[in-house]
Amino acid sequence: MTTIEPDETVDARGAACPGPLMDLIGKVRSVDSGDVVRLLSDTDQSHTDVPEWVEEAGNELVAVEELDDYTAFYVEKA
Amino acid sequence: MTDHVVIVGGGTGGTVLANNLANRLEPELDAGDVRVTLVNDDPDHVYKPVWLYVPFGQREPADGRRALDELVDDAIDLTIDRVSDIDTESQRLQFEGRTPSVDYDYLVLATGSTLEPDQIPGLAEGGHDYYSESGATALRDELLTFTEGELVLSVIGSPHMCPAAPLEFVFMADDWFRERGLREDVDITYTYPIQRVHGNPHIAEWARPIMEERDIQVETFFNADAVDPEAETITSMEGTELDFDLLVGIPPHGGVDLVESVGLGDDGWVDVDKHTLEAEAAEHVYALGDTADTGVPNAGSVAHYQAGVVGQRLASEIRGRPPTATYDGKTLCFIETGMDAASFVEFDYENPPSPAPPSEKLHWSKLAYNESYWLTARGLL
Repeated sequence: MTTIEPDETVDARGAACPGPLMDLIGKVRSVDSGDVVRLLSDTDQSHTDVPEWVEEAGNELVAVEELDDYTAFYVEKA
Repeated sequence: MTDHVVIVGGGTGGTVLANNLANRLEPELDAGDVRVTLVNDDPDHVYKPVWLYVPFGQREPADGRRALDELVDDAIDLTIDRVSDIDTESQRLQFEGRTPSVDYDYLVLATGSTLEPDQIPGLAEGGHDYYSESGATALRDELLTFTEGELVLSVIGSPHMCPAAPLEFVFMADDWFRERGLREDVDITYTYPIQRVHGNPHIAEWARPIMEERDIQVETFFNADAVDPEAETITSMEGTELDFDLLVGIPPHGGVDLVESVGLGDDGWVDVDKHTLEAEAAEHVYALGDTADTGVPNAGSVAHYQAGVVGQRLASEIRGRPPTATYDGKTLCFIETGMDAASFVEFDYENPPSPAPPSEKLHWSKLAYNESYWLTARGLL
């Protein structure tokens, strides 16, 4: 279990692809550089498209936490 | 005792629902056992799909406007005002204008999408859109005299109204410039926020090869960060910069602020059960169309089908029967692939879309439906 304290959380559980990634992008857009956004998603596609976008945008995926029936992605804005 | 149904929003969802209820609950309305009020902040109903054709000089914004009092059944009370507050505990609405506060037994929110271009610095000054009447006419003034240079269409906000319309615009522009012998002088670039050209992977897979065949440049993972109207550049969060001579931006969208301030959902979208369309945070409240956060496209067909579901559910509740109608995610879209050809998709929560081969027949079907839309608004089609 991660000890990272996110500055913002986006709960996209229940949303179909590409909802979670778009929700993450929207939140990252609004936070400051260095802030950590936690995305909660239960879509398998997030395992590929979140890391892909994070790398493309030059941000950092600082942790991925597998929970009961969803995943938490921690993204630090560059 | 009279049951009062209040529908807020006179777009496709609200108008179809009002007429659906006028038909479905005719005996109760005649007997005074039920009242249905439709609230809208504009005396006109606006059919937005017309705007796609305005920049190409093919339609006028007035073609998409009709007075609500001509479209809505006489059994419906029409209130032209803007709701300023909703108390979901006491079930009461307040208005910005002179309309006295109103109590409701059932509330339906169909307030739709609003454009928020100011989220992107420079977009309002440097970009054009066809997602509003004023945007479509301003874009028309530019496009009709555009004969050479870089045309960039950037999908900035998502979700946005009519997810097919950005693809349609670049396909139509490609064909339109080609027919006029100008295509070699006009570069067309399409940008999309995620790693493919459309949110739906099946539609993206279908559209990408067409874009390649037609020399439409693609930039994926492009989330516009700022527009410089002087330098005519658009830059993305991912660090890409594009030059443009004409920028068509699909602006960020949001719902009405009231939804969030009364605790029904974030960003103006109401959290609902995606099958019953009942609000999760309040009793006796439904949402439909763009306003309902169901994950399906923000499209008129969705609002139309959802209105039928909410109409059946409300009629059951009013008659003291268990409501059983549910929404299955049904979505239907024509997709223009040029000035004389279109595709068609139909899908739901369980079944993905499979775009039909583009044809002239489907193009004419789309135009024919756009004309017969007024029968849909009246609850007849």
